[in-house]
Amino acid sequence: MSFINYASREINCKIVYYGPGLCGKTTNLQHVYQKTAPEAKGKMISLATETERTLFFDFLPLALGEIRGFKTRFHLYTVPGQVFYDASRKLILKGVDGVVFVADSQEERLDANIESMENLKVNLEEQGYQLEQLPFVIQYNKRDLPNVTSVAELRELLNPDNVPDFEGCAQTGEGVFETLKAVAKLILMELKKGSGG
Amino acid sequence: MLGPQNSTFVMYDEEFKRISVVIDKLLREANAKVIFLVDKNGQLIAGCGETEHLDTTSLASLTAGNIAATGGLAKLIGEKEFSILFHEGEKDNIHISIVAQRVILVVIFDHRSSLGLVRLRVKKASEELAAIFDDLAKKTASNAEQGGGPASPFAEITDDDIDNLFS
Repeated sequence: MSFINYASREINCKIVYYGPGLCGKTTNLQHVYQKTAPEAKGKMISLATETERTLFFDFLPLALGEIRGFKTRFHLYTVPGQVFYDASRKLILKGVDGVVFVADSQEERLDANIESMENLKVNLEEQGYQLEQLPFVIQYNKRDLPNVTSVAELRELLNPDNVPDFEGCAQTGEGVFETLKAVAKLILMELKKGSGG
Repeated sequence: MLGPQNSTFVMYDEEFKRISVVIDKLLREANAKVIFLVDKNGQLIAGCGETEHLDTTSLASLTAGNIAATGGLAKLIGEKEFSILFHEGEKDNIHISIVAQRVILVVIFDHRSSLGLVRLRVKKASEELAAIFDDLAKKTASNAEQGGGPASPFAEITDDDIDNLFS
């Protein structure tokens, strides 16, 4: 749920990065953090275990600039990907404006991707959302690795509705900003629709 | 939170000013250091006091996460929610409460105040804030119905506007 503040002339939107464990959600945020000018970003917060697995969420506030005199801010969140953190994932989806699904392209993670996508749909429905009606993009991550499933096959399994999708390598940053830009654009277009414009 | 779950939460000048008056008064009467209001999704709504050295955006996000996690705990044991949380530090303490089941009121205070005083003042301020958020919800709903209210900044947004954000 976006927040339009006429008093401070600000717009805040919430983007959630979803996907199976170790698919690169946190790495996406880290890349955005590293490549964003200091004045445009806040502190990145990672609630992680001692082994750097996400425990609750990562959070990165971005101030991208102004639209029609309104400061436009995006709050980026990741969920913990491991299966047993489902209760936490549900909480983070509250009030979401747009979702990025980060898929792990490695062959052995194909089932994990499908399971996580199903989990996303179920958890969204519990909050009263339909994935089909939300701004939604997919990133096929880890394209640099040798044992990857073809994009065509990933598309067929994960993207039947043909939402915007991108190949990525979050470690080097490839596709990271394209993905973020695409979901931000969909969110703003959705707000435009909602405003009757 | 306000209106249907997936709709936009809007804050207008008038209500923002009314909220500021209430939290400024609470800051004084509770001898608090910092007060801020956050919505349950982690967006900062308003703040006052010694906020300049604080990362209020992060505080807002973590507060909402904290409330969400505590709310999850509450449900697991059959409670609706825990409406008050209190964190005690060596110097500073944080009192977190839910106002009208909608927004989160955070009061940071030190030895110049006490938990009892903060609880007492928060209770009174919560009633005033709840009334303002009620008005805000009504206003948002009626504006949405009649298409009134200030023009949305998005009504005439173009692809170029969006592309410019990322340039």
